[in-house]
Amino acid sequence: MSRYSSEMDRREAIAAMLASAAGLGLLCQGAVEAQAPVVKPAAGAKAKAVIQIWLWGGSCHIDTFDPKPEAGRDYAGPLTSPIATKTDGLRISELMPLLAPLSDKYSVIRSMTHGVNSHETASYLVQTGRRSGDRLVYPCMGAVVSLLRGYDAGYRGMIPPYVVLTKPQGRFSESGFLGPKYKPFATGGDPAAKRFAVEGVISEQITDDRQKLRRDLLHGLDSLGAAMPGNDQFAKLDQTEKAAYDLILGDGAKLFDLNQEKDDLRERYGRTTFGQSCLMARRLVESGVPYVTVNYGGWDTHKQHFETMRRKLPELDKGLSTLITDLSDRGLLDSTIVWCGGEFGRTPKIGWEAPWNGGRSHWGSVFSALVAGGGFKGGHVVGSSDARGEQVKDRPVSPQDLIGTMYQLLGIDPDSPMPNPRGLDIKLMPAAEGGGRVTELI
Amino acid sequence: MGILDSARRTMALGASAAGPLAPYELAAWPIAATPLDVLHEKALAARRLTPARPCSDEVYLRRVFIDLLGTLPKPDEVNAFAQDKRSDRRARLVDALLTRPEFADYWAMRWGDTLRIKAEFPINLWPNAVQAYHRWVRDQVESNRPFDQVVTELLTANGSNFRVAPANFYRAIQTRDANGIAEAVALTWMGTRLDKWPAAKRTDLARFFSRLIFKKTEEWKEEIVCLDPTIVEPLDVTYPDGKSERIAAGADPRRAFAAWLTAPTNPYFARSLANRMWAWLFGRGIVHETDDIRPDNPPALPEVLSYLEAELVKARFDLRALIKIIVGSRCYQQSAIAQSTAPGAEALFAAYPVRRLDAEVLCDALLAITGQTDSYSSQVPEPFTWMPENQRAVALGDGSITSSFLEMFGRPPRDTGLDSERNNQPTDSQRLYMLNSGDLQRRLESSPQLRSLGLTSRGNRATMVRGLYVLILSRQPTDAELAAAGRYAGAPFQAGLDMAWALLNTKEFLYRH
Repeated sequence: MSRYSSEMDRREAIAAMLASAAGLGLLCQGAVEAQAPVVKPAAGAKAKAVIQIWLWGGSCHIDTFDPKPEAGRDYAGPLTSPIATKTDGLRISELMPLLAPLSDKYSVIRSMTHGVNSHETASYLVQTGRRSGDRLVYPCMGAVVSLLRGYDAGYRGMIPPYVVLTKPQGRFSESGFLGPKYKPFATGGDPAAKRFAVEGVISEQITDDRQKLRRDLLHGLDSLGAAMPGNDQFAKLDQTEKAAYDLILGDGAKLFDLNQEKDDLRERYGRTTFGQSCLMARRLVESGVPYVTVNYGGWDTHKQHFETMRRKLPELDKGLSTLITDLSDRGLLDSTIVWCGGEFGRTPKIGWEAPWNGGRSHWGSVFSALVAGGGFKGGHVVGSSDARGEQVKDRPVSPQDLIGTMYQLLGIDPDSPMPNPRGLDIKLMPAAEGGGRVTELI
Repeated sequence: MGILDSARRTMALGASAAGPLAPYELAAWPIAATPLDVLHEKALAARRLTPARPCSDEVYLRRVFIDLLGTLPKPDEVNAFAQDKRSDRRARLVDALLTRPEFADYWAMRWGDTLRIKAEFPINLWPNAVQAYHRWVRDQVESNRPFDQVVTELLTANGSNFRVAPANFYRAIQTRDANGIAEAVALTWMGTRLDKWPAAKRTDLARFFSRLIFKKTEEWKEEIVCLDPTIVEPLDVTYPDGKSERIAAGADPRRAFAAWLTAPTNPYFARSLANRMWAWLFGRGIVHETDDIRPDNPPALPEVLSYLEAELVKARFDLRALIKIIVGSRCYQQSAIAQSTAPGAEALFAAYPVRRLDAEVLCDALLAITGQTDSYSSQVPEPFTWMPENQRAVALGDGSITSSFLEMFGRPPRDTGLDSERNNQPTDSQRLYMLNSGDLQRRLESSPQLRSLGLTSRGNRATMVRGLYVLILSRQPTDAELAAAGRYAGAPFQAGLDMAWALLNTKEFLYRH
């Protein structure tokens, strides 16, 4: 499995460096005019928004939602006592005690599969529903929702319709041929910090008064712009400037102020970047943003796997369980899909030998995903893996089918045409061969 | 908007709408009309369009630096050109710029976009091949090798993609089948999209590449590009112009195709090349888009394109000679301020078209102005790609090496080689970044260059403002601009930062003009 395996630490460090070096992420609006097709509302539109919790790097199915203590130490490692839930046939990791009693609110798909074992191509596949190698680079689900539920479709929010907390993943989960208008707005900053400095929106140093003075100065010195009134190119820049200042000086900035939330709720989410990102995601969805991705890194555990699980799973447990409860308490869960999963699972058989010393590698043959809300039924388990969690035993579910099902819940007909630069006749999300939509859950 | 703008315009520039607008325009042409201009002016006159006024020397300096080198002129270069009063100063400047290493860097970047040079998905050249290929392409630009020879070598290369750089032309295509290769060849060297051709002609073109194979080696991602040695029959081919031929057994059908393509009479090659060079200098082709030449997409200025095509053939595919013809014309030296706003005037080049700086150029310009560097690294761990401390974004060979800044400002992903992959349209996120990002603010605050400018001006606002104008806008401020800047409140250092911030956010800085 690839020369990447042992290098993920370095790669993550690089990704983090890139994100912080050039700051702001990659958003949308203003550019390519993709001709939004008329999308027939499909029957059963229930969801208005999606919160995607991306377990970046690939979380282990066996150590989260598909425990296999009976397979022995070489497969289960030290995590031998999974917790039963309210759902028939569902037990989950002992490190997630808060999610266990909530199981009537979510369902678990234990038979996700695509067979791809490299991060890039698997991420691309799980987020776009397409295999790589086509001459087109397809948009991910968030970009498609941004096209069909964003500004072209009547969305009027000040916050861009597709937001990533906090770091973007880059081209493997992006707008593809739809163009930069549909890229996510990546917030940068840290929502767990004292002040969540959303790059470009909230400035640490510049007061509102100085903002206004600077803006006047800029306008006074913009001689070429003044010499060319009515120029189309310049008019487009003026539009983006207006939108930017609406965010900077308007209510946009307040939405990102997590200090407006009660302390005890913030505690329940966990005062971690992930926990506070979940809280921020809820605030965004509450304000009408249709697609929010929480990029939650650190799951690529080739080494020190179980140490990492003991640290990360309680964090995931806290953030995700509170998010589901909070959405539910506010009556938002019925209209908000929560989708939690990564690009693949991890190798069931533990690598005890050096240099892994108890690590797990990449595993695309079978993995799990959690879905809740937005019309997804809770309290179900879909499909299963075999005794050692190595292959799908029952009811394979492909990324295409899961994405297609979510489109359907959003009232977007997955069979409607996908606008593309070459004018090809392609569908938004064709069903995978031999598979089908996850009808059990809707 | 209108009243405010015209008031502002009069206030800031002190010019009447009737006369040339300082500091952007001149009253009279400093150069003679060229044969290109005769054709261009005739085309405009036929449509009753007035060309824009001559651009000023300051504008021309910045324009050719950005269009030819992808960099801003440095303050001493701005001052030196301002001192040059020779009548042929513009032509001399171009001659000098064309031999600079930055010219090879910038135009190799453009070719790298077209040829899809990148290490990873979906092209997967891998760093070894990227380095070999990029260096080879840059060498061709630097030595100004006749371009028919360059293309012939690209089309006929055999060997390892790590060792024989031009063999990567075939590797840097998403598919390995003859149809996909034919599509890429037509797109790259004929400026045309095969999917708009009749099926039979598509198949004919693909036959030239039907014997190409890619042999794996023991080395990770190394491949040998060669003809299939097991096929010994002759090959019957038909060229896109309808001529048929039998290619003898053992002969390379790609060589026959390359000879046909680069012949002086070929209807595609010189035309698409001249059109592409024009587009790289004007931001828009005479045929738009440059890679969609077809009978029902006619050129906006057919006589001009035919003239350039003929000149290119006459110069034996010397691209620098063609560039000199274009940038030495009045057409190119027009001001960006249009005199005719009629619809269609833009497509007929009745003014120099404004467009946002390329992502890489903007990135490098911001760093050069603040006196800082950015660091880049390849995500491919092995072979390790070493990047110097002062790496410029324009000179990055590998499209897979990127930053969120470059992505945000629309650097092309190099997936398909289409010109439209580069996106220079403004977005909200770009504007947020420029107006209010902590990143840019930190760069300004920690800039050694701005600090030293503040120190040398010793509290003299006018000196500082002049320094900032030359550094950022490559010209001296007008009196009205000096006065407007002088009124800005604030402590000297903070006012200086805010002024630098303001100039970086002007259209004059952000756009080619």
